[in-house]
Amino acid sequence: MKYAVIDKGELGRWFDSLKEKGKIYGPKKKENAFVFRQVKEFEEMSLLYTPTILPPKKYYFPQKEFLFKFKIDPFSTGKAIKEFEEFILFGVHTCDIAGIQCMDVVFNEKPADPNYLNRKEKMTIIGIECMDYCDKYASCAAVGTHVYKGGYDIMLTDIGDSYAMHINSEKGENLVAGKKYIREMTEADREKFNKAFEEKLKKFHNEFEGELKEVDESFDKGFSSPVWKDVGDRCVGCTNCTAVCPTCYCFDVVDEVSLNLNDGSRYRVWNYCQMDDFAKVATGEDFRQGRDARQRHRYFRKFKYSVQKYNKYFCTGCGRCTRTCMAKISLVETVNSLLAERRGK
Amino acid sequence: MNHTDQAFQEILKTSPYKPMKAKVVRAHKYTEHEKFFRIELDGKKELGHAPGQFVQVSLFGQGEAPISICSSPTQKGSFDLTVRRIPGGVMTPAIHALEAGSVLGIRGPFGNAFPLDKMHGNNILIVAGGLGIVPLRSLINYILDKRKDFGEVQILLGCKTPKDMLFGDEVAQWQKRADIKFNCTVDKADPDWKGNVGLITSLIPGVTLSPKQTYAVVVGPPIMYKFVIGELLKKGIPEHQIVVSLERKMKCGLGKCGHCQIRSVYVCQCGPVFTFEQLKEMEGECHEGECHVKA
Ligand SMILES: Cc1cc2nc3c(=O)[nH]c(=O)nc-3n(C[C@H](O)[C@H](O)[C@H](O)COP(=O)(O)OP(=O)(O)OC[C@H]3O[C@@H](n4cnc5c(N)ncnc54)[C@H](O)[C@@H]3O)c2cc1C
Ligand code: FES
Repeated sequence: MKYAVIDKGELGRWFDSLKEKGKIYGPKKKENAFVFRQVKEFEEMSLLYTPTILPPKKYYFPQKEFLFKFKIDPFSTGKAIKEFEEFILFGVHTCDIAGIQCMDVVFNEKPADPNYLNRKEKMTIIGIECMDYCDKYASCAAVGTHVYKGGYDIMLTDIGDSYAMHINSEKGENLVAGKKYIREMTEADREKFNKAFEEKLKKFHNEFEGELKEVDESFDKGFSSPVWKDVGDRCVGCTNCTAVCPTCYCFDVVDEVSLNLNDGSRYRVWNYCQMDDFAKVATGEDFRQGRDARQRHRYFRKFKYSVQKYNKYFCTGCGRCTRTCMAKISLVETVNSLLAERRGK
Repeated sequence: MNHTDQAFQEILKTSPYKPMKAKVVRAHKYTEHEKFFRIELDGKKELGHAPGQFVQVSLFGQGEAPISICSSPTQKGSFDLTVRRIPGGVMTPAIHALEAGSVLGIRGPFGNAFPLDKMHGNNILIVAGGLGIVPLRSLINYILDKRKDFGEVQILLGCKTPKDMLFGDEVAQWQKRADIKFNCTVDKADPDWKGNVGLITSLIPGVTLSPKQTYAVVVGPPIMYKFVIGELLKKGIPEHQIVVSLERKMKCGLGKCGHCQIRSVYVCQCGPVFTFEQLKEMEGECHEGECHVKA
């Protein structure tokens, strides 16, 4: 839509003005890592951060989500769709915004998911652009999420002593309207902005040893690759990779009954395709046996099935699965091994 | 978001997770492990299903289980389920505890259905192994009610022993009808059994339907597919006319939770009914019995 500029010294003031819109969640330092948490004061936030342990997914697809209340006897169900409050995600990386865009596609697909759509409707996203790699695990350039491609209301880009603001929605416009300390982008600002972008692009490079098109082909051919056995041999089945992924959305549906044994609620809770009983049915038949098959499934859900189903890569390059893996399985290495194999090495 | 305001408001009105209230109007045990239920939705609402679809049976406090609808849509005002009790399971023993008058929750119907449009006018060969007769009963009764819409019809039924036979009263009727062929076999006979003994595959060579005009619908355990599909191919029935129904773990029925996925396919939405042609594309992720055919 349009660009504006805010001096760095004024960002706190703007942040304060957002509080009236609803709760604000942003990146905070926690011991040696970062997490998304509610932020009450601007200073609590760390806007320069490596991806948080969990993506902000927990705010729009909660780990345990209430579906409805029930009574066993007499059979009855309560209101299913709750009113949610407006909230703001502040300082979201472009990789995590790409993750939200993936979830949008999944939950808009018929039958559409009212819980997700309802939360999403109440959500305002203020992104922040990374001007350099967060660490060695990211592979955002390979999947093109190191630059912004929509999905936010406002995007902040560090251009020295100020932030450029890309205002991308009506919601975003309302957040800057009438703020005297936010100005239109001048020629000089624009030059700084372009320069910053140029400098940034020099720092990023394709982390995969091949273009996406080739990655795509290597997955086409790689279903029976020995790479999966290697990954499966190392995998300890801890499910961390799927727990931290911004585009994993598998779940279970569970009931909780209160002490009177008659009232209760049904929830959906995150569940992981890396668990050994994920595809196992009551008769004992396991339709995805072995860690190799389960890891392969995870990778294919990011690089192949999502492309077939939604025409979209579901890897956002955030690097979380690699960062968190107890067995040091690296997404970049796995993809590169597939590429190498395809080239006949 | 691609929804108009109005469409968005529609979506928010209700939750696809919320079951409808329903009541058991008839319940009886067919075998030691399998129990039949006739069910009415609140207000005698029609379920509106097609043969091959399933529902999620919901018992609050216990959870949900996907169960095939075993009655034909031509049966109005109610529908039928038949449930095998799995020792150590949560839902199936709880469902077995239901009796006439019990209240339960129903979501659905879910899934695609047997390709009736394509099957119309063709010969139909139905191959049911074990519990496979449950979803096939819906199809069989539909075909019998619309008999003139189909060509020749032959039913092959296999069970472990005569005691395991489901829908015995109806099977006796099918056996008597002149407008269908019916064959039955058991793996192991008992002294009263007068029919065939042997695996269901042994009945296929005797099938005389002209293969190119025949749709074969096969439902049974994965291991059965391996052998039956091989025999059907030998008969010359084209791959896209061999139809199966798959079992997978399911939690939502909505194409979201991921449990039922085979490669990029969500069985709860795109299945559970597939042709053998489609199964072959899912190779590697489908059970070895399902797509590795023994020819
Ligand atoms: C499309 C479809 C149709 C089916 N139709 C019938 C039928 O007509 N009659 C019948 O007796 N059985 C049917 N089944 C199998 C039946 O759903 C399982 O036996 C049942 O879910 C086991 O539940 P449980 O709680 O007793 O076992 P548990 O092992 O305690 O299962 C716990 C939960 O895991 C899931 N689960 C376990 N096994 C299965 C499974 N095989 N399929 C899907 N989810 C599973 C369910 O959500 C279940 O509630 C069908 C399965 C599918 C997928
Ligand atoms: S049962 Fe949840 S996706 Fe199919």
